[in-house]
Amino acid sequence: MGKVVVVTSGKGGVGKTTSTAALGAALARSGQKVVVIDFDVGLRNLDLVMGAERRVVFDFVNVIQGAAKLPQALIRDKRVETLFLLPASQTRDKDALTEEGVARVIRELRPKFDWVMCDSPAGIERGATLAMRHADTAIVVTNPEVSSVRDSDRIIGLLDAKTEKAEKGERIDKHLLLTRYDAGRAARGEMLTVEDVLEILSTPLLGIIPESEEVLRASNFGSPITISNPSSAPARAYADAARRLRGEAVEMSIPTDKRGILNKLFGRRAA
Amino acid sequence: MRLGFFRRSSAPVARERLRILLEFERRVGGADLLALLRDEILAAIAKHVTLDPDKIQVKIDRGKSVSMLEVDVEVPNSDGALHATLLEAM
Repeated sequence: MGKVVVVTSGKGGVGKTTSTAALGAALARSGQKVVVIDFDVGLRNLDLVMGAERRVVFDFVNVIQGAAKLPQALIRDKRVETLFLLPASQTRDKDALTEEGVARVIRELRPKFDWVMCDSPAGIERGATLAMRHADTAIVVTNPEVSSVRDSDRIIGLLDAKTEKAEKGERIDKHLLLTRYDAGRAARGEMLTVEDVLEILSTPLLGIIPESEEVLRASNFGSPITISNPSSAPARAYADAARRLRGEAVEMSIPTDKRGILNKLFGRRAA
Repeated sequence: MRLGFFRRSSAPVARERLRILLEFERRVGGADLLALLRDEILAAIAKHVTLDPDKIQVKIDRGKSVSMLEVDVEVPNSDGALHATLLEAM
């Protein structure tokens, strides 16, 4: 049976979709069978970040309403063949995702995949609670910034209250993924440090993703960064986080982009 | 590691991807020609044969000047699969 993972944060714009794509792709590249699901009904974007926006035939809501079968709605990645996407619908009807419908889709996906990664919408409304509902594991994406840390704290509270596991009295496995981290600024006292955030949220760390130009570049191309530029610092950080998710003990580090001599001369950042 | 000045710039790619996507998404009322064709083609086939949803594969590729809708239908009790491919000029 596969593991269901929710990628959540409360606050928008902290990197949930980027992280879902990067982690999903990293797991798939290591041979795992992965499906990433976009729960952001009305504002789908995981398709765009994955570069599959032109290939959407059916979506999550079509499957829930019975207009399409699940295998017909899954889009296989063109670069990594064990990676699949279930796109969100663009409908404005926020109630199009039903509790029973989501439960049925997750039930159907779980035995067929090693990882079912649910990309949560921002906020703490229905979409976010549906995305976390069936999760075994939660990845809380947090920026080292006050409002993001506060919203993460609220989401952690929801994870302990509103998930199926929590309601059964079990503990949901929670991890923190710190994104857009600038070690230099943290060292100079200009940014919350890893230790600050961990102390405040007291949740185990899955990884630290350094702030990098490469993240925008990957999104411009429509490719998860762990596929388009696996040697870049953020991609290495995501790959390490994916290995930790699989249970491997990987020493925590903050990868950096090394600048080559030619790039230094021309003032450009290297990959 | 690739060198900076050999790298393809990414913003033009992003611009072009967005242009194609938004042109399609902005159509009033979400009138999606490919989705309409998909539904009508399947309905037309369903009039003559019982369709097994598991034996239908639909692929869409929305391009800059041309989009492609590919409908693969396995028709039972005939000499193999009926394969309908439709090219739609935009």
